Amino acid sequence: MGTIQPKVEAASDEITLVHAAKAGDISAFEELVKRYDRNVFRIAQHITQNREDAEDVVQDAFLKAYQNLANFQEQSKFYTWLVRIAVNEALMRLRRRRPERMVSLDEDIKTEEDSMPREVADWSPNPEQLYNQGELKEILGKTIQGLPPSFRTVFVLRDVEGLSTEETADALDLSIPGVKSRLLRARLQLRERLNKYFKNRTGGDGKP
Amino acid sequence: MTCSDFLKELADYLDDSMDAQTRAELEDHLQWCHNCYVVCNTTKMTIEIYRDSHLYELPDDLRTRLRTAIVSKCEGHKKQVSDPRGQSDAPTAK
Ligand SMILES: [Zn+2]
Repeated sequence: MGTIQPKVEAASDEITLVHAAKAGDISAFEELVKRYDRNVFRIAQHITQNREDAEDVVQDAFLKAYQNLANFQEQSKFYTWLVRIAVNEALMRLRRRRPERMVSLDEDIKTEEDSMPREVADWSPNPEQLYNQGELKEILGKTIQGLPPSFRTVFVLRDVEGLSTEETADALDLSIPGVKSRLLRARLQLRERLNKYFKNRTGGDGKP
Repeated sequence: MTCSDFLKELADYLDDSMDAQTRAELEDHLQWCHNCYVVCNTTKMTIEIYRDSHLYELPDDLRTRLRTAIVSKCEGHKKQVSDPRGQSDAPTAK
């Protein structure tokens, strides 16, 4: 319930929409926009961490997709192709805002401490219920903001949007081991940072 | 299997993309290593919490506004392509 992943079974009528859009049917393209605008916005906001930038990314990514439909080879899914465009737009905006900091998907900082959990504490059984909706979103937003852009990009595509490792690698021009290693570190870092909000306070000695 | 071996395989384990043999070794490690059990469990929760959080939902009014803007930009582009004023060396439209 409450699934936020794009429907995979929609693939067959999607090709029909893509063909119509290629032939110039803007209302067919509008259907594609309706189908994926929420996903593109979510991805853009995760990467840029800026609302205005995310809005611009949605507009520019769809416009670029429309302008380049003729180049869409149909070997991959339309959504994966669109995500690729959106990620590039989002990274470009992030670089513009933070010229002092290197923003690259190649970024894959490896340190032992980084992957070895520093703090191992069990969490409450339903940690998300410790906070109300607004508080929870703030915690999650603040936490993911602290990850390097390359980590949060891989995390949002794989774990939030539900792309496969192969699709993520394809969309980001990364190798499969590259995606996997960033994903592992992203997940572990998020876990580590969420500890202080979600750990079980009732036990104290680590025993249930 | 050491804890650091376990961690290396954790992502694949959570994604259920590994052979039965490796899976059995990991599950054996989980039987007796409380730390890895907790890390595995809380990492799984981390993923689920983010997946279900509806973080960065696109509000309906903004959604409509963006879509209208996109459609009108696409119309602008279509016009430009099918009716290129000035130069005419790339007549892509029939
Ligand atoms: Zn262990």
